[in-house]
Amino acid sequence: MNDQNTIKIDFLSKRAIALVISTVLLIVSIGSLATQGLKKGIDFTGGTLVELSFAEPVELENLRSLLKNADFEGAVVQHFGSSKEVLIRLLPSKALNTAALSNKVLDLVNTKFSQKGELRRAEFVGPQVGEELTEDGGLALLYALICILIYVTFRFEYRFALGSVAALGHDVIITLGFFSVFQFEFDLTVLAAILAVIGYSLNDTIVVFDRVRENFRKLRNCTPTEVVNISLNQTLTRTIMTSATTLLVLLALFFLGGEIIHDFALALIIGVLIGTYSSIYVASPITLALGISKADLIIVKVDQEELDKIP
Amino acid sequence: MMMNHFPVWKNLLIALTLVVAAIYALPNLYGDNPSVQISPLRGSVINSSLLADVKKELKAEGISAIKEELSDKQILLRFENTNDQLKSADIIKANLSNSYVVALNLAPATPQWLRSLNAAPMYLGLDLRGGVHFLLEVDMEAAEKQSVNRHASDIRQFLRENKLRYLSVIVSHGNINIKFRNQEIHDKAVEELTRQFRTWEFTPSEDGAQSPVLVARMSAKELKEVRKYALQQNIITLKNRVNELGVAEPVIQQQGDNRIVVELPGIQDTARAKEILGATATLEYHLVDVKHSASAAQAGRVPIGSKLYNRRDGGVALLKKQIIVTGNEIIGASSGIDSDAGSAMVSVTLDGPGGKKMSNTTRNNIGKPMAVVFIEHRTETKIVNGKKVRYKTVVEEVINVATIRGHFSNRFQTTGLDNSGEARDLALLLRAGALAAPIDIVEERTVGPSLGQDNIDKGFNSVLIGFALVLVFMAVYYKTFGLFADIALATNLVFIVAILSLLQATLTLPGIAGIVLTVGMAVDANVLIFERIKEELKNGNSPQASIHAGYEKAFSTIADANITTLIVALILFGFGTGPVKGFAITLSIGILTSMFTAIVGTRALVNLTYGNRQVDKLKI
Repeated sequence: MNDQNTIKIDFLSKRAIALVISTVLLIVSIGSLATQGLKKGIDFTGGTLVELSFAEPVELENLRSLLKNADFEGAVVQHFGSSKEVLIRLLPSKALNTAALSNKVLDLVNTKFSQKGELRRAEFVGPQVGEELTEDGGLALLYALICILIYVTFRFEYRFALGSVAALGHDVIITLGFFSVFQFEFDLTVLAAILAVIGYSLNDTIVVFDRVRENFRKLRNCTPTEVVNISLNQTLTRTIMTSATTLLVLLALFFLGGEIIHDFALALIIGVLIGTYSSIYVASPITLALGISKADLIIVKVDQEELDKIP
Repeated sequence: MMMNHFPVWKNLLIALTLVVAAIYALPNLYGDNPSVQISPLRGSVINSSLLADVKKELKAEGISAIKEELSDKQILLRFENTNDQLKSADIIKANLSNSYVVALNLAPATPQWLRSLNAAPMYLGLDLRGGVHFLLEVDMEAAEKQSVNRHASDIRQFLRENKLRYLSVIVSHGNINIKFRNQEIHDKAVEELTRQFRTWEFTPSEDGAQSPVLVARMSAKELKEVRKYALQQNIITLKNRVNELGVAEPVIQQQGDNRIVVELPGIQDTARAKEILGATATLEYHLVDVKHSASAAQAGRVPIGSKLYNRRDGGVALLKKQIIVTGNEIIGASSGIDSDAGSAMVSVTLDGPGGKKMSNTTRNNIGKPMAVVFIEHRTETKIVNGKKVRYKTVVEEVINVATIRGHFSNRFQTTGLDNSGEARDLALLLRAGALAAPIDIVEERTVGPSLGQDNIDKGFNSVLIGFALVLVFMAVYYKTFGLFADIALATNLVFIVAILSLLQATLTLPGIAGIVLTVGMAVDANVLIFERIKEELKNGNSPQASIHAGYEKAFSTIADANITTLIVALILFGFGTGPVKGFAITLSIGILTSMFTAIVGTRALVNLTYGNRQVDKLKI
């Protein structure tokens, strides 16, 4: 055995600690999702959203009372990006004759408010559409997981498939949990980000598994735990490098991409961090716990020779 | 001995792909010109004399276009700045009749030689160029109801014409119940009706009933046809209406089996767009029932074959149910002021069959009153017991009753409208045609032009900076090999842009995010390869052998990792709408191109640098 197979960092000796961390994160996430849920954007709830931009900074209180007096009760008014930009949200239950609402708000502001606003963006989503999006989003997630399960089983072995899908579930739940705990807005772009996280985290896991498979065939004298540990070490530089470059561009998006892309970048940043962690501490330990051994990965060529011997 | 050498044809092929990609990515660097687009409507033609007229008019105002383009379908005038563009559009609109559509447009300034290669810049989504996106839902229930009602009246007429006496024909719950005096007529009617109305199912009543009732129901196939027709007819009408609004490059597409997507780039007056798209206003012409009194009808005694209507100016009018012509038979309409009364009016032109019907009616009814009914579908939402309930109401009111003074056919005027604004909109709607079924706006997204520009700037900046950071990082860490990866990354970006341009896929803000993410993940393949090469070197292999083994061994890992990500991207594409789809498209393209540039591209560079010679040390 040459020096590259010696274990520099004994990842798996710390898997008990990782188990505690993951369990705590999962409990907090599921707890928060169950109690306070996600702060869903209008993409999912339906409703109306109007973004206005003003020449001077806006006092939100004044705008709120103006809207309240004009029967737009329950309107949520907040700054968006800067004090000169304002986001107004109207929930569907308060939104009578919804499609015309954004224009009414704009008219009201332009005639009654201390300064005129410029329409930056107006969105209206009917409640029906919102429900369908939630359903489609959930289905997309489910189908993605099933397809991955099938592909990994086909290319590797079912224990790897279960390990990687468990890691993905872990990543998705914790990323969602993060959005729930901090009550960041969850809209369509964040959903896209979560699905991209699946892709990324899986990418990471597959690279590790690929090495595990290779090493099981090569290092015949090591225990499965040792094999996994060696593989994790061998792929460590790659894991760090790829996460680092991806995070670099995500940080650029987060800080420079503008308000609309902000939450999308945030979801991906969290996802990449959790995904990197899970490919080391969730996917591999679960595969090990399921009892993977080299017998499961020996190349079947041998069988052909055996068959040939049979007269 | 491993020499790491690509044959010449392989290097040439890679270079050729790169050149092609560069050509198709090129149009994106040229930007666009503010321009005005003139296209014909209904039989009017575009020719050089029209262009000459337009040029003369503009010249009189001291404006000249930087370039004019004439084709069979349109005239495109490019201008130096938006100021000239807006002024010109106003001048042209004022001078051309309304058989032309004058629209503002941002025409790409792609040079001729690129256009002859079919190269065009990427198509920017609404979030980048500003505009409105609507998702409209067709009210299928109303479409079915209309069809049933129409058939009920056809059945009545058929029975009358064939001397099959019936007691009543009543529409209830989507069925038509036909009551007869006796079994004999009933049986005969079943036979005749089944032959005439093939797409309908007739269920005869049990024998021996006092007055037998025949139940007619639409077949499932016919029901499907009705829905399909309603959707397609609405798409055609919406296209006409959008044309009337003067929008360049609108998108009007079917989505699912009862929805229509309408995208209007660059439009600012969304309130008017909504009004025009969703409007259902149309006209119907009826004769007034002069044999019966309206007040008796108001008391509840409405004679068969007549219907009581409200008048817009108050009071009621009793009209014959039979329609002379409907809005569907109107092919031309323009608004104006009636010189006698000084009120708003609409001049109407009917199509052939409509004109014939009107001609027959007026010839036989000189001196009798005729009424014009204004019909509009409205949706109102009310809160009942804390729940939202949508009410659909049909407003039908008589806007005008006038005595037929002479025989006329296909051209006449209708007065009685509230103001010139209403007359103008009604004329527009009559020209564009009526919707086959009412529509509701179920989703709307408007992006103002300033936000669009912001999104482009910010998106572009973040791509640039993220990209630069990755380039530096790779060059520092992997030295010479890092530079190879950097070149591959830059090439990858060119490929993505080229493919997006070729497919004319829509680039949206999430799409840009997808590109950024691809940039981050594209280096993964190179990292895998380079780490493998490093390992091989550490194991004591020669540089050449290490390069070969590095690429070889990393390949299956890269393929597995990318295929799984591709699966996710494809699922995103399948399930996603709008923004999610945009992200999925760029991500998928990015995965494919990055595999090519990271594996084949860098290998070519490595081979050119190190191949075919003795190498002692690799800078990695």
